[in-house]
Order: sequence, then C-alpha cells, then structure tokens
Amino acid sequence: MLRNLAVGRLPPPASASLSSLNNGAFVNTHEYQAKEIFRKAGIPIPPGEVASTPEEAERIARRFGGTVVIKAQVHAGGRGKAGGVKLAKTPDEAREFASTILGMRIKDLPVLKVLVTPAADIATEAYAGIIVDRASKRAVFMVSPAGGIDIEDVAASTPDKIMKLPVDPRYGVQPFEAMRMGFFLYKDAKQARAAAKILMQLYQAFQSSGASLAEINPLVTTPAGEVVALDAKMVVDDNELVRRTEIEELRDESAEAPSEVDARKANLTFIKLDGNVGCIVNGAGLAMATMDLVKYYGGEPANFLDIGGSSNPEKVVSALRIITADPNVKAILFNIFGGITRTDDVANGIVTATRQNPLRVPIVIRLTGTNEEIAVKILEENGFTAMTDMDEAVQKAVQLATGGKAA
Amino acid sequence: MSIFIDSETTLLVQGITGRDGSFHAKQMLEYGTRVVAGVTPGKGGQRFESSVPIFDTVADAVDKTGANTSVIYVPPPFAADAMMEAAAAGIRLVVCITEGVPVLDMTRVYMYVKEKGARLIGPNCPGLITPGESKVGIIPGRICTPGPVGVVSRSGTLTYEIVYQLTRAGLGQSTCVGIGGDPINGTNFIDCLDAFEKDPKTKVVCMMGEIGGSDEQDAADFVRDHMTKPVVGFIAGQTAPPGRRMGHAGAIISGSAGTAAEKIQAFKDAGMGVAQRPIDFTALVKERM
Repeated sequence: MLRNLAVGRLPPPASASLSSLNNGAFVNTHEYQAKEIFRKAGIPIPPGEVASTPEEAERIARRFGGTVVIKAQVHAGGRGKAGGVKLAKTPDEAREFASTILGMRIKDLPVLKVLVTPAADIATEAYAGIIVDRASKRAVFMVSPAGGIDIEDVAASTPDKIMKLPVDPRYGVQPFEAMRMGFFLYKDAKQARAAAKILMQLYQAFQSSGASLAEINPLVTTPAGEVVALDAKMVVDDNELVRRTEIEELRDESAEAPSEVDARKANLTFIKLDGNVGCIVNGAGLAMATMDLVKYYGGEPANFLDIGGSSNPEKVVSALRIITADPNVKAILFNIFGGITRTDDVANGIVTATRQNPLRVPIVIRLTGTNEEIAVKILEENGFTAMTDMDEAVQKAVQLATGGKAA
Repeated sequence: MSIFIDSETTLLVQGITGRDGSFHAKQMLEYGTRVVAGVTPGKGGQRFESSVPIFDTVADAVDKTGANTSVIYVPPPFAADAMMEAAAAGIRLVVCITEGVPVLDMTRVYMYVKEKGARLIGPNCPGLITPGESKVGIIPGRICTPGPVGVVSRSGTLTYEIVYQLTRAGLGQSTCVGIGGDPINGTNFIDCLDAFEKDPKTKVVCMMGEIGGSDEQDAADFVRDHMTKPVVGFIAGQTAPPGRRMGHAGAIISGSAGTAAEKIQAFKDAGMGVAQRPIDFTALVKERM
C-alpha cells in the first residue's frame, strides 16, 4: 500500500504485491519479452533464448555450453518456489528439466515456453523498479540492496533498505537522482555509476513502452564486479496500446484464461469466479455492488462482468455466451442501470442471444433507465419478465440458483 | 447553493461534434445547462443545434464567450492535450468524461492543471450535476431532484442507482459528483467532502467508494478530523477476489491493501454511517437529517 507517498516520507508497501498494485487493465510481458525491451534500452542483460520444446532447450544449452538456467515463462510470481526454475549442468539435463517445466501449471497457468540462459555467478543481489503511484500521482522509483526476494517482504521486514524516489514528469529522472540511488545500492563508485546508468535506461524503457511497472529483480553484481539485470518484468497500461501496437503484439493469450480472452475481444471486462449466479451488469462499481449483494443474500457470484457504457445488442450476446459456457452457473442475473446504456439495446441482445441458444438456466432481468418502457415491452413480447428493483432482483436470482436454500 | 457548478456555470464542450459529445451536449442543453460554446478544431464558425457557436480552439471560445467550465468528450489519445488546453485558456473547472486516458499522460496533466490553478474532475468519470441548476457530464438528469444530500462517488452507474433510490425516497441532492475510477484523477473524495462541508445547502453527504488504493481511508480521516456534517459511506467490491482487477482502474485488491473490510473499518472508526447494501442509504440518510 503506497499510502501517503511523498518525497522524504515514503512508507513502504505493506503486504501488497508491487505488480498487482498497478491499476487498470494491462498487458503482462513475459521475462524474455521484458528483457528484450530492456536490452534495447541499453541495460546489460545476459544472453538467453526461448524454447517451447525440450529438444529446442537442449540445442540452446549445447550452444551456450556449461551450466544453464531453465526458467518457466508464465504470468505468475513465485516461479522458483513452484519448481519452474532449474539449473541444468548438461544439455541432456536441460532437455529433461525443460520437459518437466513445459508440462507444468503455475498458479493454474500453463507453462508453454522456457527461457534458457547461461548460469551466472552472483556476488550480490539488489532490486530496482519503477511503478506509477496513485497517491503521489507520479512514477516512483523503488530500489533496494536486498534483492532476489519479494520486495514486499523487504518492505515488511527491513523498510529502511528501500529507497523511493518520485520522478517529476516534466523533467524525467535526473542523473544526480540516479546516482543517489546508485550509491544507495552500492558502496563501490564504479558499481554505483553502472547502476545509475541502468536506472536511467530503465526509466527510458518504462516511458517509451507506456509501462505502469518496470522491474529488475534481481539486479546482480558478478564476482568480476559487473552490474547485470538477471530478471525482468514489465506491465503495460492497456490504454497505451492504441499508440503502441508493438506492445499489443507481446500479449500472450495462451497465458490467460480462455473465457477472459474471449471477453476482451468482445470489449467486455470479465473475471471468472467460483459461484453459481452469473452476473451481467453495466459499470464496474455497480457490477461489484451486485456481486456483493448476491453474497449478502446467501449466494455466490460466478463472475464479474461489465458490459460497459455504450453497449449494443452484440455485446449482450457475447456476454450471455461467455456466462452460459460456465457449467457452474445455475441462474443468470442482469442488472442494468441505463444512462448511456440503452436498456432496449440490452433487451434486444437478450432476445437475440436466447433465440440462438435457448437458456438451460433461469434468468432474472432487472433494468431501469434510458428507454426502459421500450425494453420492458420487447422482453414481455418475448416471454421474459423485467424487474425494476435491484434488491428484489438479486434476491430472486439467489433463490433460483440455490433452489431456495439460501436466506 | 451547491458545489463546483450552479446556474451561473457557463460551459464549453470540447469535442461537441463527436458522437458522444453531440449527444450529451444536447442532453445538457435540454437540462438547462448554459452551454455557451463548443470546440472542434476545423469547425470554427459553425453552430451546434443552430445555436451554440463552435470554435477551433479553447482559447478562442473563452475569449469570445467567457466560458468558465469545460467538459471533454474527445478520444483518449487526445484527452490529455484537451485537458491542458482548457486549463491554459483560463477555464476554472475542467471535467473529463473520456475513458482510457493513458496513466503516464495523467502524471503530466495533473501537475499542469494544478499549476494553472484549475480544478480537474476525472478523467473516466460521469461528471457532476447540481439538480435543477446545471449538469456537466453524463449523469441522467431525470433521476435527480434538488435537495440537501451531497453525493460523491468513484463509479458511474452505482452512483445513478443510489441517487435514484434517494430521489424515490424524497431525498433530493445538492450536487452529485462522480470523481472517476482511474489511478490518477484530478479531484478526490477529500476535495468534495471539504466543498460539501462548506456548502450551506448540503446537510448530509453520501460517499461511494471501491476497493483498491487508500483514498477512502484518507477520506475517513478527513471526516473524523474536519467535518461536522454526517457522512454515510459504501464500499463496492466486498466479494472481489484478491489480486484481480475488476474493470475499473481503481478497483483492485491485494492482501490488506485497499480491501473492503479495511475501508469499512476506517468509515466506522471515523463515526460514519456504513451502508451494507445500496438500499440502506435512504434510511441512514434520513436518520441523519
């Protein structure tokens, strides 16, 4: 929690994951993709190549010679703990480990690629990151000489080992600021200078990619004294993609839940949950309030789904398709408050969708607002009942989903 | 009285000839808002709805019409520039409806608008309405009615839901403000609470927050330390799973950072009323009138 963030008085994040503090829809990059971006910015990155089969991993390991590290490329933290990072002494071992890792699921995400990179000798491990902070309304650097572990843990146990520096967006990070952070990381002047240079380059990569997070963990020193970025992570704000198509291309849909990819293509925001009341709502705040109310009346929401502002009938059709694909869903609840959204559009969408695919579960429709009278007429002509009260509609949906067992 | 806008507000609409801009400019005119100018580069000299003059630049529009408030409906890649253009032209209140403004743009816009001494509401917000006087943005006018309840919220349709329930219960509103859900926005809860505290017409304030960030906790501290008027709060996202974003930029939850429980506790500690359900607002407000 980057609360009360201000220069000179910067409490560390409590238990929040730094990357998940980034708000908004975003593109997650894989390590190898972030490394490529960082490398282009001039940051020293050890060589590495991506393999999607064990044989490829073996060939890459043979080419590098010596011991290599096989690293799962997946959008989840704690890869090491999950067994997704392994040291292979021979090309045969590289093939064997790659075969194991490529079959794994880490935090329920399938591992489809591994990064093969020569094992590095490490003298020290540090942390360097930049995040957009909502409290100070700026990009903020966080650096720590305690790297290689979760920065959240460092923040919790030894907050004095973290230095934070908000960047003035008018000027960008200045060399003297980067040097201050460099000396916070390393006593050795040469290493401090090298780190300062990397931090300037990291800021450049962050800005030019439209990132909301850019992270090097660990930033290591080798026994020879060089400063090198051993891991890389970047998260890019979805709102940047219109002008940065090269980032959109980095999106790895195989690394996301299929229903969520489907929803994004239909311009819907969808998150699958474990309950049995399928919720289709306009607006994120109302959608969350609807889910809360489902829970309040003893039900469990099956999903979060926001059809957005100016919805058209096709969006509603897609929404229903996605929701009904979930076998857990025992009742469907529409909660629409028409402002920009025209409720007759929603009604038409419901009629079209259910004509194409008749529903197997009961549906409760609550709508009020813009063109409500037309919407109700459309629904009634097609055999649906429309409700106007949110509270009553939620209670009814919960009752239908639980077979009347919930209060 | 009211906050930020009233019958004296003279509005210019940036992007008045666009799809959303023209639709809502018409709605605002119908509501009675004094829409004095529109801006669309290249369409200067034309008129909107054969009455509102259109200008090429905000500077021209302000110069010729004296508009003091601007509402922005331009597409996301141009919204940052539009906000800065308005502030540079001497507009005092800039309301940005546009959704999808890159957050790095907002780091620059936020500082720029502050330096020019203007107030920014949004981006990614429904705007605001002072019932019976002026509407700036997209909040449906017919769900509002004049009265003593101040409303401030991070979301759009949830605000409509609660305003609608207040109106049906005979509880009119002084001003309703949607501050938007983006990570960086121009006006926060505290700015609005402070304005409601100073507004003689407002007797009770309703505040709708969401999970994520710490704005609601900071607002609760403000209520405890600086407000004499009662405040009723609500937090959406009590059932949100940890670590997942919920569409709104602001709505994310992770560990103990910005959870609903944490925020509700902060409300209680500040002596605020807490609405468990949207429907609870009306009773809680009535008790405090």
